[in-house]
Amino acid sequence: MSRDPLPRLQMRGIRKTFGSTIALGRVDLEILPGEVHALVGENGAGKSTLMKVLSGAHSPDEGEMFFNGEPYRPRNPLEARARGVGMIYQELSIAPHLTVEENIVLGMEPVMGPFIDRKEMRRRALEALARFEHPDLRPDMRAGDLSVSAQQLIEIGRSLAMGCKVLVFDEPTSSLAQKDIERLFLLIDRLREQGISIIYISHFLEEVKRLASRLTVLRDGSVVGTLDVASASTDEIVSLMVGRSVEDLYPRTARTPGETILEIRKLAGASKPVSADLSLRRGEVIGIAGLVGSGRTEFLRALFGLDRVRSGEIVMAGKPGNASPRERWRQGMGMLSENRKEEGLALNLSIADNVTLTCLERFGSAGTVSPTKQQAATQSWIDRLGIKCQGPTQKIGSLSGGNQQKAAFARLLEHDVDILLLDEPTRGIDIAAKARIYEAINEAVTDPKRPRAVILISSYLPELFGTCDRIAVMSQGRLTRAVPVGNLTPEDVMRVATGKADDLPGSSS
Amino acid sequence: MSIRSILTLLGPFLALVVVYCIFGAMKPAMFTSDVALNVLTQTVIVATAAIGMTLIIISGGIDLSVGSIIAMASVAAATLVTEGYPPLIVFGGTIAFGALCGIVNGGLTVGLRLMPFIVTLGTMQIFRGGAKVYSHGTPVNLPFDTTTYKAWMGGSGLPYGVWMMAALVIIMTLVLRFTRFGRYVYAIGSNENTATLCGVNVGRIKMMVYSLGGALAGLSAVMVMAKTNQGDPTTAMGMELNIIAAVVIGGASLSGGEGTVIGALIGALLMTTIQNGCNMNGIPTATTEVIAGVIIVIAVIIDRLRHRRAA
Repeated sequence: MSRDPLPRLQMRGIRKTFGSTIALGRVDLEILPGEVHALVGENGAGKSTLMKVLSGAHSPDEGEMFFNGEPYRPRNPLEARARGVGMIYQELSIAPHLTVEENIVLGMEPVMGPFIDRKEMRRRALEALARFEHPDLRPDMRAGDLSVSAQQLIEIGRSLAMGCKVLVFDEPTSSLAQKDIERLFLLIDRLREQGISIIYISHFLEEVKRLASRLTVLRDGSVVGTLDVASASTDEIVSLMVGRSVEDLYPRTARTPGETILEIRKLAGASKPVSADLSLRRGEVIGIAGLVGSGRTEFLRALFGLDRVRSGEIVMAGKPGNASPRERWRQGMGMLSENRKEEGLALNLSIADNVTLTCLERFGSAGTVSPTKQQAATQSWIDRLGIKCQGPTQKIGSLSGGNQQKAAFARLLEHDVDILLLDEPTRGIDIAAKARIYEAINEAVTDPKRPRAVILISSYLPELFGTCDRIAVMSQGRLTRAVPVGNLTPEDVMRVATGKADDLPGSSS
Repeated sequence: MSIRSILTLLGPFLALVVVYCIFGAMKPAMFTSDVALNVLTQTVIVATAAIGMTLIIISGGIDLSVGSIIAMASVAAATLVTEGYPPLIVFGGTIAFGALCGIVNGGLTVGLRLMPFIVTLGTMQIFRGGAKVYSHGTPVNLPFDTTTYKAWMGGSGLPYGVWMMAALVIIMTLVLRFTRFGRYVYAIGSNENTATLCGVNVGRIKMMVYSLGGALAGLSAVMVMAKTNQGDPTTAMGMELNIIAAVVIGGASLSGGEGTVIGALIGALLMTTIQNGCNMNGIPTATTEVIAGVIIVIAVIIDRLRHRRAA
């Protein structure tokens, strides 16, 4: 690496241990002025710990840091921000009842005597907001009324108002819609042009390739390589991340579609979907592509009885009619929520309770439940799916995201449903866990005795093309026919998803 | 029972032992069986209602009206006795009456999707006022020759009420741990959306929880009547706070999903011990209130620390 421009930020030999666990083993990282530097690695690789050291939330056991060549050792995040290192976390820290400007100056309000200097506050807020070229965002708006993407801007504005020269983005796109993601990318480009250095943490290599000039791969608490993004292939990056060459991430054994077990005709929900037709057969995976907000999730929710069905017909295993989630589970349909924390899991209950919640009646007679039986059943899924945990009684909230998701998936397998509705099953989880879930999906639909059927929602096209047999696209509440993947290109799907085309090409199946 | 939940209980239990011993050191009479028996007996009323409150709090709810339910149900119980009904009817009727109050709370909370805090803040006034209206603001006294209920809260040896409390604690502990209903209560309190997604009939379980809470408040009211020989519309003023405090001291989380019945019992015993201990040492009532308040705050702080360490 050329030594020419003085690095904006240097981390040298950073080591951090928690008890006997080595979270970081002598990590070096160097960020140049005005560069977007991506930080990638599986969950638990040490990205968050490294950033917590950088932001002063953790103090390192060993190692030193320099900011613009001067020693830098923040004792807390506020001090780090004052020195010029701002963090934009995945979970936004916005006070919803305060205004945009109050949020921007939060914690460093300009004062005149005992009073807030409102003029100065307005000036600083406007100055920060001016960088966004986002005319809809005014300083006197209530933060809670704004969209997630606008709230994220407030958070960025807060760091900019403080004069931060290094901004750390931790999975910033995970809660954004597609158009907001593109907007955020443009903003990051602009910030870089203004000489601000950006550390960008993401699971999505596409994003990394779009934004970053260099990337550093962390694995097991060590840097395994720093690459120039332009010359690195995706396979190269992934194999560095997982520590082995990329075999086929999407296993696919021969599938033979069997009888139709779900027939959906002209399904319409409260506002979305407007109209959806689909027929699902045993032994196949149907993918639903579409932008966030197009009605994909609402489609599954209406189908599963979580949201109201306005009109249309659902025939499940020969029986027509709408049903409550309880009845759907009984009929052999299970759903994995896209929102693990808010809906998918009861975080302070055990893994066993979460996995068996839908079918407690199988673990005892006359309303009783035997914890021993629950735990035994759960243990078998822990082994089969490779859920890393201390045992079935561990609180599920203390697991990593990937392991939580495996457990949420295990709930459908334990209930032994015929139809698995999977809403973004691999979002925000590490590659090893993704691979395991793809395997489990493939095993479910190719079970020789009783092949299951899967409806899979995903925003990630390679995942859809890798796992599905047919793909349908949801666009503004309308679902297209499901077309065999062999007849499709990602461009075909994107054209429909973004409204540039009305229907997928190719013959109906 | 996992090591974790034993640890959760151990905290309040140790606190109880320590507080009891401190008062004992100041006044050795605390260690006599008479006083111990007295503490147990005095705990029955709060503990019985606290068992129901534990379920409500685990499910993520709250019931501020429980003190008022006790008052109103005690008037109902005393009225039934003065009308000459046999104990079976008095017990059954009062419990059913309490359950009915719980159904009102549950119905408003579930049916109209209102916050239980606000709903029960309202019904707290309604039930209290209702009791006063019905009894014209004066207690309903039991006939002088009524002796049937004495043995529940007094007399020689362990009163029936203490046995009942112990039995309830055991039964409800088993219900919470080993029945579908119990596991659903925890699941709803931990994450209502997850419970819905998993096909749990959230509304029905909540209705059951609130009516069970009311029923136990009704049973508690019979104990109040047995102890005081009357049904007083002004009794149990502010007792809802002692009941909630007992549950929280016992390790329940007001945000739901956590808590145990045994914990609530220990919490209730701790509160009674403080009251009795202060009483026997001649500490004025006002000071006793301060001490009880401090203990509650400490319990909350310990709970907070425990969670932070777990996170």
